Amino acid sequence: MNVNSKPVLEEPKTVFFAPISHPSPGSVGKTGTWRTHKPVVDLDKCTGCLICWLYCPEDTIIRLENDKVSIDYEYCKGCGICAHQCPFDAIQMVPEG
Amino acid sequence: MTVNIKRIPKKKFLMPGNAACPGCPETMGMRYLKMALGDNFVMVIPAGCSSVIQGIAPRSGIYAPILNIVFAAGASAAAGMKAGFESIGRKDVEVVVWAGDGGTGDIGFQALSGAAERDDDILYICVDNEAYMNTGIQRSSLTPYGAWTTTTWTGKREHKKNIPLIMIAHGVKYVATASVGYPTDFIAKVKKASQIRGFKYIHLLAPCPVGWRFDPALTGEIGQLAVKTGLFPLYEYENGKFQLSPLARRYKDPSKRVPVIEYLKLQGRYKHLINKPEEIKKIEEYIESIWYMIDVLEKAFNPKEEARKLLGSL
Amino acid sequence: MVVKTLTGNYAVAYAVKLARVNVVSAYPITPQTTIVEKLSEMIEKGELNARMIRVESEHSALAAVYGAASAGARAFTATSSHGLLYMHEVVWWAAGSRIPLVMAVVTRAIGPPWNIHVDHQDILDQRDSGWIIAVAQENQEVLDLTLQAFKISEDPRVYLPMMVGLDGFILSHTTAPVDIPDQELVDSWLPPRRQPYIIAPESEVVMGNIAPDEDHFMMRYSMAASMEAAKKVIEEVDREYGEIFGRSYGGLVECYKCEDAEYFVVIMGSWAGDAKKAVDTLREQNVPVGVVRIRFVRPWPREKLLEILSGAKGVLVFDRAVSMGSTGILFSEVAQTLYPLNISLKGLVAGLAGVDVGPSRIEAEILKFIKQTEEGAIYTPTEWILPEKYAGRYPSSPKEVIAK
Repeated sequence: MNVNSKPVLEEPKTVFFAPISHPSPGSVGKTGTWRTHKPVVDLDKCTGCLICWLYCPEDTIIRLENDKVSIDYEYCKGCGICAHQCPFDAIQMVPEG
Repeated sequence: MTVNIKRIPKKKFLMPGNAACPGCPETMGMRYLKMALGDNFVMVIPAGCSSVIQGIAPRSGIYAPILNIVFAAGASAAAGMKAGFESIGRKDVEVVVWAGDGGTGDIGFQALSGAAERDDDILYICVDNEAYMNTGIQRSSLTPYGAWTTTTWTGKREHKKNIPLIMIAHGVKYVATASVGYPTDFIAKVKKASQIRGFKYIHLLAPCPVGWRFDPALTGEIGQLAVKTGLFPLYEYENGKFQLSPLARRYKDPSKRVPVIEYLKLQGRYKHLINKPEEIKKIEEYIESIWYMIDVLEKAFNPKEEARKLLGSL
Repeated sequence: MVVKTLTGNYAVAYAVKLARVNVVSAYPITPQTTIVEKLSEMIEKGELNARMIRVESEHSALAAVYGAASAGARAFTATSSHGLLYMHEVVWWAAGSRIPLVMAVVTRAIGPPWNIHVDHQDILDQRDSGWIIAVAQENQEVLDLTLQAFKISEDPRVYLPMMVGLDGFILSHTTAPVDIPDQELVDSWLPPRRQPYIIAPESEVVMGNIAPDEDHFMMRYSMAASMEAAKKVIEEVDREYGEIFGRSYGGLVECYKCEDAEYFVVIMGSWAGDAKKAVDTLREQNVPVGVVRIRFVRPWPREKLLEILSGAKGVLVFDRAVSMGSTGILFSEVAQTLYPLNISLKGLVAGLAGVDVGPSRIEAEILKFIKQTEEGAIYTPTEWILPEKYAGRYPSSPKEVIAK
């Protein structure tokens, strides 16, 4: 391996604005405000099968202790995939009021 | 390789609050990618929906390190990154290209073909939403016959370019098709690909509610219907061996397939041809041709059957 | 130290080897090709411990080395002419992302028609991109500049990619004795690669997603600031290189017989050698003229030129590239630098597509310019030195064609 095998990270020494980001929630804000309908989970019907969690495009389904689920309403965009995919009819889409 | 949902760790696989449209198939796919690969990977993203989905700096909505890159350079930048990591002794980092159908089959095709031919050790995933969605639904070479787009107002006249087949023709290590309708199948394929050294290609069908004109709740279902109608067969090609994926095998039998009209009628992009039997027939004939091809591939790339004799005689 | 007879292209390859580059990628194009051939040979023989990616295009070549550099590798590519133009969008992308990178550009005319001979149209087409751009005069300088490019580009005050220009065929394919420095000495002088960030699993860095317009604006501002900082770095590197390896070139510009000069030729690249010969002859006749050789086009050596030229009676700029509809490219740079000084100023476009000019023609042009200036300061932005085959049949200014 040659002497340059390990690059050195060194802070820039001029005024430095670089096109750099890091993964973090809310890169376009609280997307919960986009919803027209919100998913409501019936925990009595929920079996913890995690189908909704698997299909959710937003990662806004929260797995509880027993793998039953709740919704992260701060960011859920209300697409309705969870309700549509649920095999047990445990999620209803309710108009936002 | 089977994937047990319950075994997938209880952690985030995507950053919520990103810029994806509701019901986006791409963010579904990105979650599955991370479920399959864990943390030791970087993504290379050429221009497309996924460039925008990340949202606004200094945050990013995709839970992975990313090199965003110009449209035509997905595969080449990734090949370089992989070589870069290897040259400084980091052979274990997986480099994944995440490109749309335009970045793959059109503007990015030259770089893709080059990397495939060189057998660069990268995983290339084409997230195929069948049009240039990011610029507002224009036709690509992967838009299917009949589909409305904003550059094919009366429906596209040509069939979809078969990129996975073209990748098989490159003789790469691994080619697979997958659909966001079947997440665990896709996860299993990504996991398998990540254990292979050399060029890997996965073609992920990504039904887009905005561009295909359907209710965003149906993304998963339409992804399944594409498979059930026989329109999008799921298969794997690995080191010269071709096989249909287990959940797609039954659709080899035309009588097991869901009539394609059930798939078409859910999508506004096909609205203009729903009542034109001759157009539906063309799509049905296309499905037949796809399965004829599958039959040929199974025979050609199954060393146990005719192909061995055939190849042996060459 | 070893002295070898090398072409300019091989001088590039030896510098890349001495810099212990990790990743090389390039696509063949005349007259660059022998760089990538030599580097392939060095890698395959085990003389250079690097990865070679044999890409299918220049667009991919630059994208590949840029990807490697983003991952933390010292990377290098080389091209010419249409190859460089094909890379153009990646040229901008690499600079904007602030990733240190080095590229050799073997300067060549742009078609149509196809032509493989030297002019500076290709490299100067990149001048707004944010790359540091230098052009060498001869093969020894090609090696030295290429080595220095790694140090300059990777300096934390700079963090911008750098291209090193060498004239097609005149340098690239012509041999000259070149001192090849000792590896140990280079190792002690060139530090391990430095860069502002690495895109890797542990860094979680995302490069290039959409930023607010104001931040995008400030990224451009920050590149401009780094270009300014680079001027000092370039001078420093040139000085310290001289102390260690025995060769300095004057940093941003080289001055030849400038002391006590009243008239100056501004020129860049290999034909600066012809200009120096012309000046030597004229000096023998006591004509007070010197050569200011532009070594770095970006950052543009404004302060240094002002320092050298502010007392001048006249400045004659030779351009091997033209901005269509305007003037020679170096001329417009020099003119904006010398404003509002009252100096006689003339721009000559010549030597396009490798058309030979030569010391005697340069000498004649200098004398003509001095004579014109002595009759009163002139401001002539563009005159063309037409090829002998056509001279006399067409006016030297395209403007006069219309006047007729």
